[in-house]
Amino acid sequence: MTWEVVIGIETHAQLATQSKIFSGASTAFGAEPNAQTSLIDLAMPGVLPVVNREAVGCAIRFGLAVGSKIDQHSIFARKNYFYPDLPKGYQISQFENPVVVGGQIVLQLGQGDDLVEKVVNLTRAHMEEDAGKSLHEDFQGRTGVDLNRAGTPLLEIVTEPEMRSSAEAVAYARALHSLVRWIGICDGNMQEGSFRCDANVSVRKPGQPFGTRREIKNLNSFRFMQQAIDYEVQWQINELEEGRAIQQATVLFDPDTGETRAMRSKEDAQDYRYFPDPDLLPIAISDEWIDRVRGEMPELPQAMRERFQALGLSAYDAAAVTASLEIARYYESALKVAGNAQAKVAANWIMGDFSARLNREGLDIEAAPVTPEQLGGLIARIADQTISNAIGKKVFDALWQGQGKSADEIIEAQGLKQITDTGAIEALVDEVLAANPGNVAEFKAGKEKALNALVGQIMKAAKGKANPQQVNDLLKKKLS
Amino acid sequence: MINASLKELASALDSKKISSLELTDLFLGRIAQHNPLINAFVTVDEEKSRAAAKAADAIRAAGNAGPLTGVPIAHKDIFCQDGWRTTCGSRMLENFIAPYNATVVERCNQAGLVPLGKVNMDEFAMGSSNETSYYGPVRNPWDTDRVPGGSSGGSAAAVAARLAPAATGTDTGGSIRQPAALCGLTGLKPSYGTVSRWGMIAFASSLDQAGPMARSAEDCGLLLNAFAGFDAKDSTSLERDNEDYTRSLYQPLKGLRIGLPKEFFGTDGDAATMAAIEAALAEYRKLGAETVEVSLPSISQSVSAYYVIAPAEASSNLSRFDGVRYGYRAPEYTDLNDMYAKSRAQGFGEEVKRRILIGTYVLSHGYYDAYYLQAQRIRRLIASDFDAAFKQCDVIASPTTPGTAFKFGEKSGDPVQMYLSDIYTIGVNLAGIPALSHPCGEINGLPTGMQLIGPYFSEHRLLNVTHQYQQVTDWHRRMPTAFA
Amino acid sequence: MAFTPEDVQRLAKLARIELGSEQISATLGHLDNIFGMIADLRQVNTEGIAPMAHACDVAQRLRADAVTEGSVAQRDRCLALAPEAEAGLFLVPKVIE
Repeated sequence: MTWEVVIGIETHAQLATQSKIFSGASTAFGAEPNAQTSLIDLAMPGVLPVVNREAVGCAIRFGLAVGSKIDQHSIFARKNYFYPDLPKGYQISQFENPVVVGGQIVLQLGQGDDLVEKVVNLTRAHMEEDAGKSLHEDFQGRTGVDLNRAGTPLLEIVTEPEMRSSAEAVAYARALHSLVRWIGICDGNMQEGSFRCDANVSVRKPGQPFGTRREIKNLNSFRFMQQAIDYEVQWQINELEEGRAIQQATVLFDPDTGETRAMRSKEDAQDYRYFPDPDLLPIAISDEWIDRVRGEMPELPQAMRERFQALGLSAYDAAAVTASLEIARYYESALKVAGNAQAKVAANWIMGDFSARLNREGLDIEAAPVTPEQLGGLIARIADQTISNAIGKKVFDALWQGQGKSADEIIEAQGLKQITDTGAIEALVDEVLAANPGNVAEFKAGKEKALNALVGQIMKAAKGKANPQQVNDLLKKKLS
Repeated sequence: MINASLKELASALDSKKISSLELTDLFLGRIAQHNPLINAFVTVDEEKSRAAAKAADAIRAAGNAGPLTGVPIAHKDIFCQDGWRTTCGSRMLENFIAPYNATVVERCNQAGLVPLGKVNMDEFAMGSSNETSYYGPVRNPWDTDRVPGGSSGGSAAAVAARLAPAATGTDTGGSIRQPAALCGLTGLKPSYGTVSRWGMIAFASSLDQAGPMARSAEDCGLLLNAFAGFDAKDSTSLERDNEDYTRSLYQPLKGLRIGLPKEFFGTDGDAATMAAIEAALAEYRKLGAETVEVSLPSISQSVSAYYVIAPAEASSNLSRFDGVRYGYRAPEYTDLNDMYAKSRAQGFGEEVKRRILIGTYVLSHGYYDAYYLQAQRIRRLIASDFDAAFKQCDVIASPTTPGTAFKFGEKSGDPVQMYLSDIYTIGVNLAGIPALSHPCGEINGLPTGMQLIGPYFSEHRLLNVTHQYQQVTDWHRRMPTAFA
Repeated sequence: MAFTPEDVQRLAKLARIELGSEQISATLGHLDNIFGMIADLRQVNTEGIAPMAHACDVAQRLRADAVTEGSVAQRDRCLALAPEAEAGLFLVPKVIE
């Protein structure tokens, strides 16, 4: 009998605020050590926290995006433990009455026509403050503590243990990553720690109760998540198959060895002694506030996918053009110019030449030299046969190089307009036939390839601008 | 001058009978003379005090004086004061120079009050006798073999011995009212949320409240005017318009209904204390007040509820004292956890450690519901008792303490005995309502106090009632003869 | 209610306070007395009573999201209070993760 893998994910998403959750210090990344700390972040004696409204707004926004219940009487609690990067000796978090209760994330698994959807249920999402950073390397025998990050607002998003493979876990993390960026509550920068996941992993025989879980901490890339979970699952299976029980533990993934190992600093069974923070009062979230946040919410990826599928995109293509809000916005803007009938063509352009070019040049979509309106204009000219597909690629290239403000301008300036006048094409055909009697003879002798050579000659003579369909039709007529 | 009220001092300054600098020097001189005996001040910085006095004189000369400009004040060493050592009575903060001002200090400075120094207190405000201070006990000026009360014992002793005309205090379970009673002063614990807690080193955040300690209700009202009011830096500060706490001082007491909780006026009270209270009530009746019996059925649970809630909050509030960013760090240790455990063992005194352990226990897994949540439910019952009682009366009267100042060591060996003596004052902090203690008699040469409790935001009324009493009595004017 | 030395040791460990064996037995006696005093609390019927965490029933005030604090100057002033600091960092005994 095989083993079943059970995975639940806790994600810490750094909320996109200017200042910290309980102080007026900046949340910007990369400042001089401890220079972005207020007296509050340093936990000076006598200081008190005051809640950042925007952090609560971000949490509400997330809750609405995943269909949660928003607790309108949310409470901050203290989580008590000692650690050098936790200046107060407690973390202000939420325990009972988190701001977001329940909710769902829909994942697309698989490729192309095999694409299936899976719903992952969320348990909750709560606001909390980040800890500082311990630097272990630079000081002989000492650890340095930088509290710049202490007090940065986080939303901790917790799933039910519903994922059954590392692939599902990664798909969930990707979907969540895309969503938090989509709704603008988190920049998603994983290198800077703005989006980090902990994976709770256990294995069991199907139908049995959950096994003992081990928590892999601080996974900051999708690839590491996959590797870490795969290693951990195999390790747990080996342990169990050799008759050893799994001990609950917190583990770290070492990307260099590809292995997980238990953290020494987390050996003690923790008793966090949560209790409502007496310095902070319950957060009242009014219906008006919720409505206002709802009103400001961009259309969500699920709704957008459904709309695009109604225009004729496959589920896979619809998922591809909604992989991020930036792509989706680009696609929509291009489509607005190209026309809805070009939905599929526009998707192909964006997922094909456009993405390839961005990749090749290492550019983000925001930095693309071709605007969606320009691309839409180009697609429209192909659609109305002003230019051919092949010329289209040439125009795209010209747009990318900044050779013109629009496809029309480039077509006009470079004389790329397709030749559709039958008389003009016929003249070209006649000219080429007369100049290439060899090819004509070969074709007549049954060599189909000779036709391609003739088409090539005609297109060359037309500088690629002749309508290829018309050329083909005329050529065949003349040779028959 | 040393017996003058704050209003009289301000008027002497205004009429140029004395300058703030002279007045400050007068009190600094008295501190130098008498403090070695009573140990009320932990830190004195004459240069800083004089500089503030000179600045106050300049403001007055420029015609910009407020009601208290140039009047000296002593700050309890629980308030962070920028550039001043701020110890909170603990070894933990022996060398801590506060990098900012508590809002109370800031507002006193803005009002032109001249800081005379930092006054002693029970360590982290945990105590009722001032015996837990790392800087040695404060002695009661009325009898230096006796405690001044606590935790604001240094504030009380300083004002009683006329080393300062007024002081700030803080009250978590009676820490303003009890020392005020034991030292013959008037001390007010305002409604929770009235005075900002920013910069006041936290003991039990949901109970702590700063207030004035002085000789009369009028002085307390003037001080509260200076430092009360909304502060955006404290989430529990209540957003209300500023009020004049002296506005009702002169209102006659005719028709005032004084509630006497039957739980406090039974047979088990100290006879001499109850006699002093009865005598004060007789004065109030003469002033036109009537007394009505009320009941606070859950008040007997208040000590238990308090000694769950306050240590729970304290255990967490005091976690920041870990020897990492400031404060005491043990000289020798093996590793990080050993550094924490030794620094905290050596930096905190016995009572503080005891309360941290109590608090750790009542919040720990398996005991949270039975102790912490249960205590919070009882807290609500106690608050409801007060609400119900105030439907029948305007203020509630009781003794402040079960007896007069006790001798050093008399209760310190038995924490439970010490805790139980807070029975009259603790319920008020749980309910968040205001209360004051005013002197109402002497027993064997030691002052005793009466507590007056009012509903939320009734400070002006409590001060009014006391002021009227103080117009017809002189208990608040008496002073310990050794310090005349 | 009777505490054991192990109970006291566990609490001391959680609270990061070193207690010698003499202190443990003294603390144990005090805790027994104090929890003896508190014991009556557990007998009170509080069914249906909501816990009261704050003195007054108001909602949290919220701050506008604006950067108002934090500077190298303030950092240096605070760092001067630290028992051990270097290169803008607070130093502690080596932490092993």
